[in-house]
This record gives sequence, C-alpha cells and structure tokens, in this order.
Amino acid sequence: MRASLFITCYNDTLYPETGRAVVALLERLGVELSFHPKQTCCGQMHANTGFRAEAFSQAKRFVRMYQDAEYVVIPSSSCVAMIRDQYPGLFEELGNEELRKQFRALLPRVYELSEFIVDRLGTDDVGAYFPHKVTYHASCHGLRALQLGDRPFRLMNKVRGLEQVALDNLDRCCGFGGTFSVKNGEVSSAMLQVKLQDVLATGAEFCTALDNSCLMHLGGAMHRQYAGMKTIHMAQILAATEAQPAETTL
Amino acid sequence: MTQALGNPVLDRAVLDPVFAPPFPQAVLPVLRNPQLRKNVAHAIDVIQGKRARLVAEKTDWQALRAAASQVRELALEDLGAYLTEFEERCTAAGGHVHWAANAEEARQIILDILREENAKEVIKIKTMTSAEIKLNPFLEAAGIGVFETDLAEIILQLGEGEPSHIVVPALHVNRSQVREIFERRMGLKDLSDDPHALTDAARNYLRRKFLDIPAAISGANFLIAETGSVAILESEGNGRMCLTLPRTLITLAGIEKVIPSYKDLEVMLQVLARSATGERMNPYTSLWTGVTPGDGPQNFHVVLLDNERSSILARKTERQTLKCIRCAACMNGCPVYRQTGGHAYGSVYPGPIGAILTPQLMQMHHAQSLPFASSLCGACYEVCPVKINIPEVLLELRSQVVNQERRTPGRFFDPMYLGLRIANVLFSRAWLFHLAQWKARIGLRFFTGKDGWIHSLPSVGAEWTQTRDLRGLPKQPFHAWWAARAKGAK
Repeated sequence: MRASLFITCYNDTLYPETGRAVVALLERLGVELSFHPKQTCCGQMHANTGFRAEAFSQAKRFVRMYQDAEYVVIPSSSCVAMIRDQYPGLFEELGNEELRKQFRALLPRVYELSEFIVDRLGTDDVGAYFPHKVTYHASCHGLRALQLGDRPFRLMNKVRGLEQVALDNLDRCCGFGGTFSVKNGEVSSAMLQVKLQDVLATGAEFCTALDNSCLMHLGGAMHRQYAGMKTIHMAQILAATEAQPAETTL
Repeated sequence: MTQALGNPVLDRAVLDPVFAPPFPQAVLPVLRNPQLRKNVAHAIDVIQGKRARLVAEKTDWQALRAAASQVRELALEDLGAYLTEFEERCTAAGGHVHWAANAEEARQIILDILREENAKEVIKIKTMTSAEIKLNPFLEAAGIGVFETDLAEIILQLGEGEPSHIVVPALHVNRSQVREIFERRMGLKDLSDDPHALTDAARNYLRRKFLDIPAAISGANFLIAETGSVAILESEGNGRMCLTLPRTLITLAGIEKVIPSYKDLEVMLQVLARSATGERMNPYTSLWTGVTPGDGPQNFHVVLLDNERSSILARKTERQTLKCIRCAACMNGCPVYRQTGGHAYGSVYPGPIGAILTPQLMQMHHAQSLPFASSLCGACYEVCPVKINIPEVLLELRSQVVNQERRTPGRFFDPMYLGLRIANVLFSRAWLFHLAQWKARIGLRFFTGKDGWIHSLPSVGAEWTQTRDLRGLPKQPFHAWWAARAKGAK
C-alpha cells in the first residue's frame, strides 16, 4: 500500500520527531510512504482566524498537490477536520467546478493517522512497546469533527507495557483554539488551567493526543509549572519498540 | 438594531454591544473574581450534568434533534406565510397583532397600548427579547412602573444587576447575595439564606402585584401558526399568574419564534425541557389562543419584532442562527462561558449563541470581537437541540470582520494581521517557508533558555508566554530530515 504523508506546517516546524515516528510506524506496517517536498499548510490557521482568501489559496494548493496520491495520511486531527469540514464550503464559494471535482475525488482518500491504521490497514496492534503510564487527551477535532471514537484507545490497548489512565472531562477543550490562544490569551489560559488540573490528576507520566497543537498548549503549561508530566504525540508511542524506544525529548 | 436612547441613564454601558468593551478586555474583571467564576462553573456544571443524564436516557435523542431542527428549518423556509397565518388565526381568536420593524417601533407600540389601557404599572414574565429592545428603562422613563416576576429577574431588578444567562439570568448571584438584596430592597430584617425563606419573601412581594396590576408583558417560546396560539415555558408559576390575572396582556416575540403546527410542540417541548433545565417535562407550560370571554386577559396583543431578523434570514450560512429556541445548552456546555460567565459578552444574549447573534443584531457594526470568543471546540453544536452549527457561523462572521478590518490603517500593521499575511506568502512557496523556518530558529535562539525552552516572547508572542512556555525550534525540520534520509538511501 502506498500513502503520501502530509506532515502539516506545525509538525514540520515544531515537532519533526512526530513526523519521524509516523514514518517509522507506517513503514514497519508495510506502507510505502512518499513525501511531497513542496507541501506547507492546509490553511486552517487562516480559515479559523477569518482570513478566507488566504485559506482558499492553501486549500487549492493542497488539492492540486495530492490529487494523484493513493492515500494521504495526516498526523493531526484538526488539519483533517479543516479539509473535511471547511474545504467543501470554501470550494463551493469559489465556484471552481474542476477543483470541486478533484476535491470530491480526493476526500475519501484523506485519513487521520489513527483512522488510517485502524480502518485502512485493518489493525489495532502495531507491535509497539511503551512501558509507561499514559493518559489520552481527546482533542476537540478528533472527538467531535472526526468522531475518532475508540480508535485511539484500541491502539493504546495493544501497546505492550502501556498503562492507560482515564482522563476526567475528556470532552472538555484545553483552550488552545489556534489564534484564540493569543487573541483571547486570558480566557485560553483559564481554560488551560482547568484542563491541566484534570490531566495532572491522572498521575500519568505522559499525556498523549493525536494533535500536537493541544499538546503544545498543555506541554507549555506543564513545563512552565514544573508539573513533572510530559506530552507525546501518539505516533511516537505507536512507533516505539524495545529496540527503538520513543524520542521523548520534552 | 438596538439603538441608544439618547438618555445617559437609559444608555447603560452594561450589556449594550454599542458601549461594551471588546471581549478580551471585558473578561478581565471576571477572570480575577474567583467567587463569580465558582458560582458560574458550579451552576452550569449542575445544569449540564442533569441535561446529560436526561439526554442519555432518550435512545432516540439524535432523531428528536433532527426532527426539532427540521421543524425550525421548515418554519424559516416559509416564515412570511407562517407569520401571516399566525396573524390571521390570532386575530380571529380576538387578539391584536402588531408588526415592529425595529426596537424603537416595538417599544412605542407597547407604550401606546399601556397608555390606552391607562396602566401605570406593568408586571413582566422573563423575556430576553424585552431586554434586547431595552424595554424596561424605556417604560420607566415614560413613567410606568415595571415589575419583573421571574425570581431571577426580581433578584436582578432589585439588585440592579444584569442578566448573565438567558435561562437562569441570575446564575452568577449566590444565595447570600440574594438574601442581602431582598433585605435591602424589601425592607426585611434577619432573612435567612434558606431557599424556602427567600422564596417566601419573593412570594409576599409578588402577591400584591399579581392582584393589583392590570397589565402584563410576556415573551413567547413559540408562536403556533396553525392555531394562532402562543406558548410559554417557565418553572415557577409566576408566569402563569401574569398570563391569567391581568386584564391586558402584551406578548413580545421575535418573528423567528413561529412554528408551523400544534403537533410540532410534541418534539419542541421534549428537546427544550431537556436541553434548558435538564427536566423531562417543563413544570409550567402555558398555551393560549387569543381571548376567552370572561376568562383571563380580555385585551391581548402580540408584538412581532423583526429587529434585523429578516436580514439574518436572507443570509445563507447565518440564517440558522434564527433556529435558536433559547435553551442555553450551548452556553452551559461552553468551556469559554464556563470561565467568563455572561456579562463579558456585553449583550443580553451571551455564550456561543450570543457570539453569533449579537453582532448580527448589530449589523456587524458592534460586537465584532464576539465571533472570536471561541476555541471552536464544537461543544455548542454537539448539544444544540436544533442543530445550529455555531462554529460554522462563527467562522463566517470572523471572515466578515476580517474583511471589514483588514484594509483599515490601524489593522494593516497589527502584528496578527501582518503575521497572517506573511504566513500566507510563505505557505504559498515552500522554499520561502523553509527559509523562514531557518530564520525563525536563528531569531528565536535569542529568546531560548539553556533548557531549550522559550519562556518569554515579545508582541503577540507575549500572549502565549504569559502562562505557557514554548519549546525552542528544532535544528532539523521534518522535510529536511526526509530529504537527508532519501539522499542517504541513494
């Protein structure tokens, strides 16, 4: 099976270890990965901040770049949600029929990482080993927009050595919200503090998620507060084995 | 659009989008008031917990939601025809229907009716629509005594407070604050915090008003086109007193409140009670049609208020805003509202629905910060019983605000606007993006501590670093690693 990796601007710039883990993981599962060197951003930041004209240009770019891909795998729930929920409206507004046709053909082949593993590769056992206590933060986009459901939990269940600790108020937002975190910094921080209390109360060593944006938010506060917990993208947990432990640089 | 009344007493800055500070500033006093935040979080956690239990017991909840959404869509699809039908049926049953294009007209119509009836005082059922048009201060300025009868509204009226929620307007006030207000304003001594004692005090205060005051003003939860009936849901029975005892009853309703037929109530009452108060069935549901000779109000008026609603109706994405049945589930479920309460929204309609409704009622001339007062987590859409996709409308309104602002000189050099424009240039050319990553890493090295983390940033970045650290940028972005690996493989 061949898949093209859309790493996202965020992971490319800030969290390359997540990208390296996705490569290790999917290649171990027999996927032939390719990477388009000119990829940048899906346009989410612009669309969510009201810069629709700019979001158009990123959306067009994405569709043209990936129209020939067998599958597109994206290790970020919110970027997948952007493509699924916002692209259709953007392209409708743009009124470019050819682009809409290309998009409609591409959309069913765009997968979030856990969807790709569970639904497309048909497995929840990726042969990982991660001997740590972990709590899962269901990012809002993974939970509500993508409806990831039990996929992340099934994947973690099969990781050898991993002890899962349930997070209270799983459906409550961490307060990141992209530019919301700086445009409404005070409210965002208040929401973060409430979330962090639940996360820290689990007593886990790691807080994981399928979206590095929430993790940057939570991890940023953990580091500021010397909270003693680390954040890690789930791709890094799933990529870890006895021979190749996860890069936990935080 | 609500207009300033030209009177400094009436034009209170509180909850008026014309005067309210932008949301990020308006939240500051609340965020620094732990008691208020505790009151708000506790109250909505209780309501939302009850709601969640009662929704969970309905195995057909999603079907009910879809049906309720359809009823509202159907009504909006043919709003003009349903309103005309309502007017005909209501008039045939002895009611008088008035049409008000804006707040000013609605206020004047109501004042004229009261003057014609020689009413010096009027009692009121809780109605947010009357707050939207600033009815109370207007009537008081015209010499008419206005008395709220909903317990929460009494607390606010006597305490000179403002509503912070559309279903439980005094949710930010706790019991001992209520006791203090009652003692001070009702002239009572040694009142206790006990809910029964407080209710008794309110009851004594209200009884005389119910018996003596000959006119009442209500809102409406639903207008039923098929029969010309009006429906009101309340929890205390005080509303029913207002609907049955006075000689004159004036109902003020937004034009969007109409539903096609009587049987639609089956669905609407189920979703509304569960969503609003977490109850299987609403305690007092009053339904009346025109006038019944010798029984109840003999003078019945309905004021149908447009006030920007027809312009909202004409807009493709935004029209769903009008489906709202004012249950407040969106604010109860909102993680932003949970921190800020309602006052920060500077409008009688707070929370997620307020964030989309208020700026539209102001023709996007005021309250432009509200569409940005959301992390777009989608909890509001998930709980909305009529499936208003609030995040979708928020995004539409954000785009309108940016289009308004982006060409103004003040915004042109605003760091956020500048940053997003530059980002677009970078994202459109990969080589520029990669160059910028490299430059950003060099630039940020200056701010990066020995531990590899950034603790303090200037400008927009300071909003981040006031409570959060940021890991310094890695030496090798992913695309560079991939390229190096591919080269090594060859």
